Amino acid sequence: MSVQTDVRAADPAIADAIRASEVRFTGFGKTFGTGEAAHTVLADVDFAAAPGEIISILGASGCGKSTLLRAAGGLGPATAGTVTIDGTPVTGIDGRAAVAFQEPRLLPWRTVRRNIELGLPRGTPKAAARDAVDELLELTGMSTKGELRPKQISGGMAQRVSLARALARNPGVLLLDEPFGALDALTRIKMQDLLLDIHRQRPATVLLVTHDVDEALQLSDRIVVLGRRPSEDDGPSTITSIVPVPGQRPRDRADSGLGHLRAELLAHLGVDTHAAAGARSASD
Amino acid sequence: MAADIAPRSEAAQTPAEAPARSTGSRLSRIPGWGRLGLGLILPALILALWQTLSSTGVFTFVQLPPPLAVVDAAIELIQRNDLWIHVAISVQRVLLGFVLGAVLGLLLGSLVGLSKLADLLVAPTIGAFRAVPSLAWVPLLLLWIGLGEDSKVTLIAIGAFFPVYTTLAASLRHVDTNLVEAARSFGYSGLRLLLTVQLPAVVPSIFSGLRLALAQAWLFLVAAELLGASMGLGFLLTDSQNNGRTDRLLLAIVLLAIFGKITDALLGYLERKAVARWAA
Ligand SMILES: Nc1ncnc2c1ncn2[C@@H]1O[C@H](COP(=O)(O)OP(=O)(O)O)[C@@H](O)[C@H]1O
Ligand SMILES: [Mg+2]
Repeated sequence: MSVQTDVRAADPAIADAIRASEVRFTGFGKTFGTGEAAHTVLADVDFAAAPGEIISILGASGCGKSTLLRAAGGLGPATAGTVTIDGTPVTGIDGRAAVAFQEPRLLPWRTVRRNIELGLPRGTPKAAARDAVDELLELTGMSTKGELRPKQISGGMAQRVSLARALARNPGVLLLDEPFGALDALTRIKMQDLLLDIHRQRPATVLLVTHDVDEALQLSDRIVVLGRRPSEDDGPSTITSIVPVPGQRPRDRADSGLGHLRAELLAHLGVDTHAAAGARSASD
Repeated sequence: MAADIAPRSEAAQTPAEAPARSTGSRLSRIPGWGRLGLGLILPALILALWQTLSSTGVFTFVQLPPPLAVVDAAIELIQRNDLWIHVAISVQRVLLGFVLGAVLGLLLGSLVGLSKLADLLVAPTIGAFRAVPSLAWVPLLLLWIGLGEDSKVTLIAIGAFFPVYTTLAASLRHVDTNLVEAARSFGYSGLRLLLTVQLPAVVPSIFSGLRLALAQAWLFLVAAELLGASMGLGFLLTDSQNNGRTDRLLLAIVLLAIFGKITDALLGYLERKAVARWAA
């Protein structure tokens, strides 16, 4: 869809290292617990993200977004179906995907720099490690903060470090679990732009969990909406729709053309918004 | 605890932290020599009381020789080259036993704190052993290992083991699971995970366990040497008691206090370094 081949060509060093991967969920399901206590959270998830695509996963709180993401990261195995990356099943944590969690989860006793190092593939030579971290600090705008500790930086910076740490893995798949959820509106917008900027330079496949419709519209190529099937109120979640987002990134935040999509997505999420009528007429 | 940490390297000097640092009571701003002076007031009073009690005849010389007699006893033992031997052998036993017990405590504490299986398998047994008052092992140790160095060091190691084991096993269970999962997701597992996340996260507990263990080590040293030794500070205690040399007996007590304090201060210094390095 929008694999940025032009940028790869411009920087052969990066092009070598980074290969965006395809992620595919086939009949994926997840049940927690067994017997009486069994609780099926997700069922019949069929979906594939093309290499380099940015996919937003949208859904109400508790519908299983994190569960889906964690399965792709090898942090919680599928109990039905499979998750594959480039055709090979994900059976546990491996080097192909990297996660940035909702909380930054930085080691408080390590400096920013040493926290980013944590993400480097095992056995990275010292000199290469230093260069890689320098580059990531630069990329995330944290160059002057490398020697600070997590409690000395703001929440937005901590999320950038968390992102840099994930990128340090050179992942084919970048899994972002509401990475900007706890940030104030302005910082969040800056972080979204940063993410797009980074994606241009290092085009991994991105699965981005969010509950923010505008964020999903702003960032993604397609939006996967998770929710319950209308027929069963109490059953597992599954994909209720996949919505392609028109236009190229970066999108104009004021683009009223996306208004009807916004309303549609909110409707998918079960939000009966009064703004929907207004947005529809604005886009006409 | 944070207020106690010595100025940290590079990072600590940013404005963000400065205000937190300047708060605190007036007493906490007293410089090092001032603290030392304050800490010496009580010992000086005790010395004065001691001198008064012994020189005014409240106690006989055998019951309580004056402080200077203790100094004389020290000089006499130093001249006979005995003092050094008593001190050296005791310090050696304490350190050996402490290191042995602490290492075992760190190993088993890590295992039981991290592995549910190990917890179920061995924790009850270790708990039962812990319930035995440690001195109850003495006859068995003598029977099995004999009266030599090994049994003394073993006894001290037993004393040092439990505080380290218990604090570590308990604190590892409460390490932030989010941090552990994050490190796991970046490929860390087993020993690498332990050394990168879990142990650094519990550095303060490790050190409180180690300091307890060190105190236990000195306690068990005296017990071991009282029960059978021909050298060492504990031996000096019993030997002096048998010969009515209360001056030497007091000397032994003072030396135990001094070396106990020195080793604890060294460990405390390491603790401050470590906590500053790994503080959350
Ligand atoms: N480890 C777990 N054990 C049992 N239930 C879980 C576990 N993780 C998540 N769940 C349940 O799965 C459901 C979905 O959770 P999650 O994927 O975190 O939702 P979301 O990220 O969409 O808010 C919730 O009902 C939650 O209680
Ligand atoms: Mg979640």
